[in-house]
Amino acid sequence: MSDSIRDLIVIGAGPAGMAAALAARRRGLDVLLLDEQPDVGGQIYRSITTTDAQRQRILGPDYSHGETLAQAVKAAGVEHWPGTAVWQVDTDKTVHALRGGANHHIAAKALVIATGAMERPFPVPGWTLPGVMTAGAGQILLKNAALVPSAPVVLAGCGPLLYLLAAQYLRAGVKIQAILDTADGTDWRLAIRHATALLAGWGYVRKGLGLLREIKAAGVPFHQGVEQLRIEGAGADAAEAVAFTRRGQAHRIACGLVLLHQGVVPNNQVTWSLRARHHWDDKQLSWVPTCDDWGQTSLPGIYVAGDGAGIGGALVAELQGELAGIAVANALGQGTCQDGEAQRARIRQHLAIRPFLNQQYRPRDAFRIPADEVIVCRCEEVTAGSIRAQVALGCSGPNQTKSFSRCGMGPCQGRQCGLTVTEVIAQATGLPPSDVGYYRIRPPLKSLTLAQLASE
Amino acid sequence: MHTMNTHTSDVVVVGGGLVGSALAYGLLRQGLFVAVVDGGDDALRASRGNFGLVWVQGKGYGLADYARWSFGSARLWPGLRDALHEETGIDVELAQDGGLHICLTEGEMQQRLERLQWLRREVNDPGYQHTALDAAESRQRLPGLGSEVVGTTCSPMDGHCNPLKLLRALHTANQRRGVALFNRMQVDDIAHQGGVFTVRAGTARWQAPRVVVAAGLATQSLAAMLGMFVPVRPNKGQVLITERMAPFLPYPTNYIRQTDEGTVQIGDSMEEAGYDDMVRSPVNAKIAARAVRCFPALANARVVRTWAALRIMSPDGFPMYQESATLPGAFAVTCHSGVTLAAQHAFTIAPWIAGGARPAAIAAFAATRFTPDTEVKPYGI
Amino acid sequence: MASNHPLFKPLPAVQPVPSTVTVQVDGAPVRMSRQASLAAGLLAAGVTAVRRSPVGGGARAPYCMMGVCFECLVHVDGVPNQQACLITPQEGMHVQTLHSLAASESEGAHV
Repeated sequence: MSDSIRDLIVIGAGPAGMAAALAARRRGLDVLLLDEQPDVGGQIYRSITTTDAQRQRILGPDYSHGETLAQAVKAAGVEHWPGTAVWQVDTDKTVHALRGGANHHIAAKALVIATGAMERPFPVPGWTLPGVMTAGAGQILLKNAALVPSAPVVLAGCGPLLYLLAAQYLRAGVKIQAILDTADGTDWRLAIRHATALLAGWGYVRKGLGLLREIKAAGVPFHQGVEQLRIEGAGADAAEAVAFTRRGQAHRIACGLVLLHQGVVPNNQVTWSLRARHHWDDKQLSWVPTCDDWGQTSLPGIYVAGDGAGIGGALVAELQGELAGIAVANALGQGTCQDGEAQRARIRQHLAIRPFLNQQYRPRDAFRIPADEVIVCRCEEVTAGSIRAQVALGCSGPNQTKSFSRCGMGPCQGRQCGLTVTEVIAQATGLPPSDVGYYRIRPPLKSLTLAQLASE
Repeated sequence: MHTMNTHTSDVVVVGGGLVGSALAYGLLRQGLFVAVVDGGDDALRASRGNFGLVWVQGKGYGLADYARWSFGSARLWPGLRDALHEETGIDVELAQDGGLHICLTEGEMQQRLERLQWLRREVNDPGYQHTALDAAESRQRLPGLGSEVVGTTCSPMDGHCNPLKLLRALHTANQRRGVALFNRMQVDDIAHQGGVFTVRAGTARWQAPRVVVAAGLATQSLAAMLGMFVPVRPNKGQVLITERMAPFLPYPTNYIRQTDEGTVQIGDSMEEAGYDDMVRSPVNAKIAARAVRCFPALANARVVRTWAALRIMSPDGFPMYQESATLPGAFAVTCHSGVTLAAQHAFTIAPWIAGGARPAAIAAFAATRFTPDTEVKPYGI
Repeated sequence: MASNHPLFKPLPAVQPVPSTVTVQVDGAPVRMSRQASLAAGLLAAGVTAVRRSPVGGGARAPYCMMGVCFECLVHVDGVPNQQACLITPQEGMHVQTLHSLAASESEGAHV
């Protein structure tokens, strides 16, 4: 089924996507906003239009801000297709998507890709067991389903999101058995390098310190400097304990639910599939699409905004979305030719804290580049050791290791293993990740039946 | 993998894909010290896009030598499978129980039968066989075959394997036999002086009295440096792969085969698309539609992955095996059936490259059959 | 695989009380919130694993809850390999976790 050409298609209805759609719509563009969730909000504002007052209190004021944006999008008359799975995006800006089982391909003059972030992979022994989930999953269950852990939970990893979830759980009356902090530990000499950034981003820092105070006041056992982590299971069917070492001492906590988190990374499946240029960001330890200061990628008329352009948080996402929307309107001759400098200045302010956060919460090498026996590809159960063996056989990058080991060929198509594999190969070859490269990502980005594909 | 300023060996193979790796394997078996110079992870690699058929029927219409060549390879294939399994422990999942070519119109069936009859006459070998099956007979052989299928041609000579395992097995066997493999290299030129060839990539150099260019689409420019005209151009093929399915397809067909992993591989297409190897519509949709016509139950099978790769296409579609007339010891090898021909490359071509007599079977595949004025037929759907 | 001890429980006193639907899970009726994803509903109902890995056979359960891990694949109304975290439960929906299909592996597809 094909539709007439749209001015702009926005993929992703989180803060960046909503802001882009709004900015374009307000300048008279015909905008189509697509998302696979049943409502707007993305992950950070997940279920914002259906959560109750109690949950909003638990989740905090940052979450509630999303409601304003969601209402504005609806009021502006942005056409919104929820429950829509984009499975192919072409370089000529045609978007192929499934909606209600029917296949659509829609042409556009411009695209804004606002697919946001996802959890960084956290490959540890036992991470594929039932009972192991991400901290993000915990937060989604809270926002979307008003569900909380029923038994004392262990949170393991590092990063502000982990502490935010801990604080939210405490406000909800959930017992936290322990927080296992896997960051390298506070190295104040490195942190001082970012003192100016610290001052500029003091609002964020104060928020973070406040969360930590909340957690410590509740008396939650807090183990810092965790060096090794493994999750042990009952047979191969359920998590039953977490074992860890800290300062050389071994510990074991019996637990049926472990939530892992070591930061978020851009979800770049769409931009990779377009073969837009990406570069490796060594501070963020992830790939980032290379863009100009409006967010336009190396492909003309295709923009990224939000965490998918590099992790910056919800407010930065909103500003980047606005910039992209303005840019598209300008390009189609319907903007007011704003130069975007006001938005960029505010973005810079919000991003000032990032170097500090990136340093403070840099995930340990051992948790990004695991030992031989650890599964790196969950779908095909390929271990880090297998990747290293393929490198020894002559594979110089992730596509060759993929073809020799099936790593990356499973249903998730590299989303959970891609970063790990790039870094494992980088370590094994001594080459920087930028030279090692990333998977060739091909459509379909979401699976579809042959009948659906044939119906184009 | 190491880089040295000048590496010396008995032979340098430029290209580490299926063709280069099979040739290297054969050369190592001849007792030569072999260097393989290969590109990077993001190089255009036809070897990653293979369908995996070990196929004979229908090949060589217009040049019966190609039919004989493919048939010969199919007969040598079990030996390759066994040797690789013995040396590496890797089973490349060769199945040679026969294959079927599906025809969806009477016209197709008629043309197919004419071609196969021509081939049988020309090849004139009792082992070279095919049978025509009508719709009902075809459905007996392949339950679930759609009602739109008017007939199939079936041949016991045909089969399939796992092409990625094949490439890995060749790499592993070569490593165990002491190949010197250099990857992430882009060869800039090949020079010659006093019986020695020097292959250069940046500041790295390889020297040997023999050199084989098996570098896919890069073969033409490199072969030209060695006094050979080896015209190749890209031809794009797209393939779809489904989720794992319960076994339902006992024989590979020209469009569809079920892999040893249970996934169903569906192809293929031929497009003149230059160097574009991105998956694009509407070709992927056409491939899907045709698959559903062949096996209606596939309508609900989920496509989880697709890919596109560029075949190495000569002007007439047949391989090129050439030794330079002006620079003996320099060879060029190209084809677009690196899987089927892997056995010939390892067991027949390699001994020739090592210094043996040129096999009579490949006389028809000299690159000298082409000149810069040769007309190029476009291959497309 | 369902147990009597779900890993997640509802927040007390959610206002307004979300409306529910009845979904058949492996043949048994389960009440689920209309607002939460199917994966959330399964977790709340005590389903601890929704499939087995086709490679190693180990049990798998929802991991990311946002559509990027592909662990939460279930059969819904006869259509295989649906991501439960992206589906809203509907009245009368039939959900099969792959454990229940172990006996009839010759039909249908599994990833």
